[in-house]
Order: sequence, then C-alpha cells, then structure tokens
Amino acid sequence: MEHKIIFAGFGGQGVISMGTLMAYAAMAENKNVTFYPAYGIAMRGGTANCSVIISDDPVASPVIAFPNILVVMNEPSLDCFTDRLQEGGTLLANSSLIRKKAARKDIRSFYIPVNDIAEELGDSRMANMAMVGSLLKIMNTVTLSTVFQTMKKTFSPKLLKVIDINQEAMKKGFHAVQL
Amino acid sequence: MKKVYERNNIAFDMPSPYCPGCGHGVIHRLVIDAIKEAGQEDNTIFMAPVGCSILAYTYLDLDICQPAHGRTPAAATGIKRALPDSLVVLYQGDGDLAAIGTAEIIHAANRGENITAIFVNNAIYGMTGGQMAPTTLKGQKATTCPFGRSPEDGQGYPIRVCELLQSLGGVTYAARTSVHTAPNVLKTKKAIQTGIENQMEKKGFSIIEILSACPVNWGLSPQKSNEFIANEMIGYFPLGDFKKDGKIIQRSDH
Amino acid sequence: MGEKQLMKGNEAIAEAAIRAGMTCYFGYPITPQNEIPAYMAKHLTIRGGTFIQAESEIAAINMVYGAACTGARAMTSSSSPGISLKQEGISYLVGARLPAVIVNIARGGPGLGNIAPSQADYFQAVKGGGHGDYHMVVYTPETVQEAADLTMKAFDVADEYRNPVLILGDAILGQMMEPLVFKEPSGKKFDKSSWTLGNRKGRKSHLINSLSLTEGVVEQWNWELKKKFDLMAERELMVEEYMVEDADVIFVAYGTTARICRSVVHQTRKQGMKTGLIRPITVWPFPTETIAGHAEKTKHFFVVEMSLGQMIEDVRLAILGNAKIHFHGRPGGGIPAEADILKQLKAILQS
Repeated sequence: MEHKIIFAGFGGQGVISMGTLMAYAAMAENKNVTFYPAYGIAMRGGTANCSVIISDDPVASPVIAFPNILVVMNEPSLDCFTDRLQEGGTLLANSSLIRKKAARKDIRSFYIPVNDIAEELGDSRMANMAMVGSLLKIMNTVTLSTVFQTMKKTFSPKLLKVIDINQEAMKKGFHAVQL
Repeated sequence: MKKVYERNNIAFDMPSPYCPGCGHGVIHRLVIDAIKEAGQEDNTIFMAPVGCSILAYTYLDLDICQPAHGRTPAAATGIKRALPDSLVVLYQGDGDLAAIGTAEIIHAANRGENITAIFVNNAIYGMTGGQMAPTTLKGQKATTCPFGRSPEDGQGYPIRVCELLQSLGGVTYAARTSVHTAPNVLKTKKAIQTGIENQMEKKGFSIIEILSACPVNWGLSPQKSNEFIANEMIGYFPLGDFKKDGKIIQRSDH
Repeated sequence: MGEKQLMKGNEAIAEAAIRAGMTCYFGYPITPQNEIPAYMAKHLTIRGGTFIQAESEIAAINMVYGAACTGARAMTSSSSPGISLKQEGISYLVGARLPAVIVNIARGGPGLGNIAPSQADYFQAVKGGGHGDYHMVVYTPETVQEAADLTMKAFDVADEYRNPVLILGDAILGQMMEPLVFKEPSGKKFDKSSWTLGNRKGRKSHLINSLSLTEGVVEQWNWELKKKFDLMAERELMVEEYMVEDADVIFVAYGTTARICRSVVHQTRKQGMKTGLIRPITVWPFPTETIAGHAEKTKHFFVVEMSLGQMIEDVRLAILGNAKIHFHGRPGGGIPAEADILKQLKAILQS
C-alpha cells in the first residue's frame, strides 16, 4: 500500500491542517509517512498545497510528481493539479466551490460539497474536516477513530473546544461518499 | 627605597611592541591595572581583535580571545552569555568598532550585553599602514585620503561613537577620555574602572572611547601628536561622560 | 527508546541539538530554516540555554565562536545566502580550533535565488567556502530521523576534533515532517580544560587565536590541522551502499536526491533493471574508495544532484576513467523528477 496524496486549495481553507492531520493519524497506525508542505509566503488568500505519502514500506522520495490521490478545495487547484494525477488515480473535489467537472476519464472522481456540509453544521471553516472524512472513506487505510484520537492529541486548546463539531463534520463527509 | 610603581604582573616582562608615542601601551596598562585592582585577573577574558590591538596577546597574561575583525562584540556576546560571571573586556580600534564592526557594536550595546568595550580612537588604521578610519578628521590625510578627508567628496564624516551609542537602551555608560596628558590619563583610568565595575554589578553595556595618538601614521612626533589630540581631535570628539547609570548626560558641546 | 513523534526536519535538528547538550544557539531569520531559531527561542530558553536572534548571520557565527571559546556546545543555522555570510567565521573556527555545529538548510541560488530546495552549496561545503586550507565533516541526512541522529553525532565529532561540523540539508529536509524517535545522546565527555577561556584560577592563561606573524608558525599550524583532517577522513566517513552488488548502473546521490534515486531503484528493479545507489552520508570525507571499488565491475555511474553538477567532480576523481559517468541535475530550486531520471537511465542501458 502506498498513497501519494496532494492537498490543494486557497490559503485559509485548512489545506495544511488536512495534510498534517492525515500524517499524524497515519503515524498513529504505524504507517510510514512523509508530509511536505508548500512553505514560506503561502498565506491566507494565496494558494496552499502539501504532499502526504502514506506507505507500508519506508518512503523513498518525499516528492510527489504524480499523486494517486488528489484533494482539491477550489477550482484553481483542480485546474493546476488534475493533469498530474496518475492514471486510475482518485480525485476528491470540493463541489461547493468547484462548479465544473474534471475533463479526464481515466480517473475516479468524487465531488463532495464540503463547504455546504460544514455550513449546515454552522461554520464553513470545517469544510476541510468534512473532506478528510470523505478521504478516509475512499482510502480505507486510516480509520475515523484513529483520526479522532489524533485530533485530541494535536489540536490546540482553542480548537479542542470545537472538536466535537469538527468530528461531526468529518463523519458527515465520511458518509457523503458512496463507494 | 620605597617602590611606588612597578610592572603589573599581568604584563609579561618584555618590551612593549608598540611604536614610540603610541597610546596603546598606556591604555593597556590602565586596563590591566583596573582588572588587577578589581581582583579579576583570573576571571577576565580579554578580547583582542584585528588591528594593532592584536599585539596585546603577546604580552598580556590573561585568557585572551582573538575574534574576527569587527566581530568582537558578537564573539564577546557568545562568551559572556556562556560564562555570565566572567569579566569580558573588549579592546577595539576605530576600524574594528566603527567601520567593519558597526553592526555588531550597535546591537551588542542595544541588547545591553554586560560587557566593557575599550574603544581606542586614533583616527587612523595603524596596523595596515595609515588608511582612512571612520574617525579620521575632516581634512586629515591618510594613505587612502591623500588630499585630506573630504566629506563633500563622498568620504563621509568622522563618526562620533559615544554620541551614536548613548541613545541605545542597553547602554549604561558611555564616556570619552584621552591619554594625551597625565591628568587625562588619570581620568581615563577612572572611566575604565567605572566600566569594569558596571560589568561586575551587572549593569549592562559600557563603552570607554579613548583618544590616542598614532605618531607613525599621523607623520608627527610623539609631542606633536599629543598636541594634535589637544588642538584638533578634542574639538570634534569632546571629552567627558555621555551616559552614566543609564542616563544620558545633557551636554552643550554640539 | 523514546516515543515516536512527527516533526519537521528543522524542528528535529533543533530538538536533537538540545538533547545533545547544545546550550548556546545564535541565528538570524532566513527561509527555509526559520523553524530552527523559533524552536530554540522557545525550547532552548525554557531548558536554561541561550538563544539570541543576532543582528546578522555574521554576528551569529561569531557569537558561536565566542561561546565555543568557553567550552559550551554552540550552534548556528541558516540557509544558503546566510551560510555564505558565515564563511569567514567558519574559517576562523577551524583556524582557532574551535568546535561548533553549523546547519545549512540550502535553497536555490546564486544570489537571493529562491526558497526551494537545492544542493548547489556542495562546493562551498566540501571545498572550503571560506579562506585557507581547511576541511570539516559535512553530514547530508536524507530523512528527519537521520537529521536528528546526525545532529547529535555532529556535536561529538566537533568536540572530538575541535573543528566545526556542517549539516547540509535542503529545503525539503527542513520542511518535511516525518515520524522519528530521538535516540539517547552518546553521553561522551570531552575534557576541554586545556584550552577553554574563563575561570583561569590555578592554571596558565589560554589564548584562542588563529594569527601569528612569526615566520613558519602558521605553516606549522596547518601541518597540525592536516593531521587532524587526515584522521577525520579516516574515521568519520559514512556511506550507504544500496543494491549495488549486481548493479549495471549505480546512482550516486545524497540527501533528498538519494531518496528520489532510491524510488527509481525500486521501480527499475521491479522491471528487471539492475540498478543500485551509493549514498554518501558524509560528503566530506567523500566515499572515494567505495565508489572506486565498484567502478571495477560496474560500467555506469549516474550522478543526480539538485545543481548543475558539483559532487560529480568528486565522483569523477573516484572513478578515474574506469567507468562511464552520467548526470542529471536541476539547478535553482528544481527537483529531479523520477520520470526524467528513468528516461535517461533507459537510454543508458540501451546504449
């Protein structure tokens, strides 16, 4: 098993948080993992992306040229990264903000309205958590309960106050995907 | 016969390596006397960087660090932070402190590093053979300003270091003295003692700027060199305290 | 053994240094190594050490020089342009025989370049970026775990030889997060009392210095340094040989590019191509003999670097014309792509 995942979106959409949460959770399940963020001046409002490799074997190259899973939170990211997705790879797109479909036919695509899911729960900032839920269902490598445990360990005190509702968003994202 | 003056045993028993009429020998003696009187000879780390001051470590029996040119306050910072109870004495010339090492002295002073800087201002580069220093006076000749220093021609103005540093919060003491006459030598001794006491009392950064002669590179006799200090240098670099116990001294000289 | 943690390379280096007994850190902000000073500002000070955000990289390396004079374990870190600024200080550390650890999380250059990963500081690191005849051990970790392990080791090696040690990483190593377990520091004790400054009571005074104007003295110092460099070269070499025994093509790469090559080795082995990897873990000393040994039976060596080709010169000197050398490099922050390496590899194997 080796998942090469790229997460991409606007700065402020919690793209880096998605990647780090997955990395922590994968580590908790004793997987080999490497997380590599776009760094430096990627601030709120700009574009942000990060790469996460989760593998049974030690990770060789930490650089993902061609991901087998692509998670895009906005349309520019879809435009930018879809060509790089491996043949037969999986696309997860935030259909609340992405109105079009990917042009490629050789990939599996899931369109999940994660902003809408988050807004129903009261805060669109949880869209990233809903997306992590969807990703977990599709990947079937890391469990929801591991991620919940990880959130308890890694969330800042400020975020811990809203952990329940974030977990709720994640569950909704999980169930929003039909395989 | 009663002995009233003798060699300070911090100095090895050897001839001074400095040129006739040079102020370094006198200033070294004042510094080591102050260290000895404070009972700090086993606790002192003496910083002798680049310039004529390098000659200090050939004849001073102290722990000595020779840092890179101008980096004296940075290296002294490293030493003092690692050994906060040691007495760290910087001995810098005008090229070292006010040209290549300007950033380091300003920031060490501003952090209030608890160290004592002895700044020997002879308005010239001595060791390298008489080039223009940041403190070379307007009109003064040097090998790299052979027609006399001309700020109008882009050679800059002589930098007044005490005036520059006194505004910084970390500076507890800034004074300018001279060694061109005996009374001034005694005042210099007092200022050095104050700088060392400040450090022992953990008051922060002290600087004692000392006007000193460089007869060889000035092209003057030792006597004429002392007259140059009296008649030319002091007019531009006024003597006295600029900051004491962290308080800026209000002055009317400029 | 401690608990498994997920950390950025930069943070792992910082934490490993603190665990190795480093008490004095001095640095200046520059991307992509900013997590190191930030970590020190928080964790080193809490644990009783000294952190100073210096006014420049030049000041920082000279603060290291000062702290090292007292026997304290001292360290600085920066990225390429900042490391250029430290070269004078590094030369002085060697000249004055002072131990220190310097970390370069390298970025694209020349000039201000960019903040992307690069290996274009190889020459500067191993050929002496500063003035004078000198060498220092240069470690090139490829994972976060190895970055932590080698950081701890670097302090011992620096103390053992009274010489600076460089850790040469790149932006990927600094920025990526991987799980790691901190090993116990070696606990080796080094008696520095014969040369350190301060607390002089009961002994002769010490001078820390790299200058003498007396004829022949500096030459003599250099001969003594050479003895030390020879000893370092003999004892401190680290190299990994991966699937090289039957290889038709051996990659030579270090750090991040070694990992990329390792991926290519995995892929090509699956397809029946016999490839292997020699990974210098120290690039000084360089594994000349290791490479030369394989050049007797392997015909092709494939050097991959994030530069226009720097380490390749040392590979050439090792191979001395006994095998063919191929090169794939990406300068200025470019990262070699596995597909491009693979394409070039296939062409080599078909030739």
